[in-house]
Amino acid sequence: MERKIKVLVAKPGLDGHDRGAKVIASALSDAGMEVIYTGLHQTPEKIVKTAIDEDVDAVGLSILSGAHMTIFPKVLKLLKENKREDILLFGGGIIPKEDMEELEKMGVGKLFGPGSQTKEVIDYLRDWFEKNRK
Amino acid sequence: MDFENFLKKLKEKDRVTLSKVITLVDNETKEGVEFLKKFYKERKDSFRIGITGPPGVGKSTLLNKLIERFAKKYDSVSVVAVDPSSPFTGGAILGDRLRMENIYKFDNVYMRSVASRGSLGGLSSSTENILQVLEIFGTDVIFVETVGVGQSELDVMEITDLVIVTLVPESGDSIQAMKAGIMEIGDIFVINKSDREDAYRVSEYVKSILQMKYQDKELTPPVINVSAKNDTNIDELVSRIENLKEIFIQKGIIERKREIRRKKEVREILRDMFIKSIDRELKIIENKNDKDVSPYEISEKILKNIDFKSLEDIWKER
Ligand SMILES: Nc1nc2c(ncn2[C@@H]2O[C@H](COP(=O)(O)OP(=O)(O)OP(=O)(O)O)[C@@H](O)[C@H]2O)c(=O)[nH]1
Ligand SMILES: [Mg+2]
Repeated sequence: MERKIKVLVAKPGLDGHDRGAKVIASALSDAGMEVIYTGLHQTPEKIVKTAIDEDVDAVGLSILSGAHMTIFPKVLKLLKENKREDILLFGGGIIPKEDMEELEKMGVGKLFGPGSQTKEVIDYLRDWFEKNRK
Repeated sequence: MDFENFLKKLKEKDRVTLSKVITLVDNETKEGVEFLKKFYKERKDSFRIGITGPPGVGKSTLLNKLIERFAKKYDSVSVVAVDPSSPFTGGAILGDRLRMENIYKFDNVYMRSVASRGSLGGLSSSTENILQVLEIFGTDVIFVETVGVGQSELDVMEITDLVIVTLVPESGDSIQAMKAGIMEIGDIFVINKSDREDAYRVSEYVKSILQMKYQDKELTPPVINVSAKNDTNIDELVSRIENLKEIFIQKGIIERKREIRRKKEVREILRDMFIKSIDRELKIIENKNDKDVSPYEISEKILKNIDFKSLEDIWKER
């Protein structure tokens, strides 16, 4: 049986709408992936607990609140503490270019800015899966 | 793969390992099958509770309330929530966690979302295997949430010890139609969202149907009005569950259910093996398919050709 790509889509932080996260969740599911959707106000601790318990391949975070420089590193750190740094962490939101580069240096995967096509995300995940999980 | 180490870590309640082993059986890998074969004897009989009902009746919200009660009472509680995969794309959105805040509050609660995958509307064929891994892990109680559409409510009855059917006041009109399936399988009926109108009229109606069906008063499924949202009457539901569990144990009903379950599983596995070997034979004859030979004759030929000794190899080819 062909193995399915399993992705956690979460929306950390306090700002109140999750439209972007929902759009990406249903696009990934339409592309044949299994998407765990957890909704708003997810803390890094909850995100990592979910990622571990569900044994996902990738975690996608949608961050609009500007908290990206704290949340992404925290999630990375917690994944590492649990020896699950093999899980891909990627994301989307309004993130300045310098920050993006710094996060990618830390080990965060691709970050998609506003206006990215869902197809780019799908292709990116498929490609990563092919290279890392086959 | 270092199976012994996996087992050791499972017994130490290591969740990273638990999740990985569940993935192995969920994907029906060779390693997953080997693991279950090797350590089947390590499992304990967890008490398995199924929660089913139409979409959106509040199964996850209710489960969230039950988790809170059970997590305080038992050492280890697990939740498996099965959602349908799209038959067109094969993808799925697994959103039951959204309503289960309490899985994060208690460290002794493990929750796993499962997509139904190939099985049409029913439970994933690997769900039973996932429950077995949780039993090797040593969990005390397992909740299984499934959406009650078509086959899945029958499946959930087969893999659990007790089934809670969840309805809402608005279900009133459709109960007549559901009667055949869903009314048959519940050990407890819950009318959730009883903070709304008509809740008691519907519960009286459900009671009247059940009284006609059951002779034994003790085994007639109770009907309970609750509001998961407002946390109303949940403790009553919990004590009914515990009560019924005792009765089931005393009367040997659980033992019997487990026995039937094991037999059914053997049948399922054999069927799977046979279908795979049949498919292999079909591939061989595909090229020389004579359109004047009756399908019966072809079938008889295939039957003669099946090498029963190689069935296990075919099983392992997956
Ligand atoms: N009024 C009221 N609403 C409720 C109650 N319980 C749940 N809900 C609401 O019903 C909706 C569906 O709840 P879920 O718990 O997701 O229902 P479900 O049966 O698990 O849904 P699926 O898994 O999608 O089939 C949510 O908006 C809940 O807030 C209740 O007791 N009263
Ligand atoms: Mg649900």
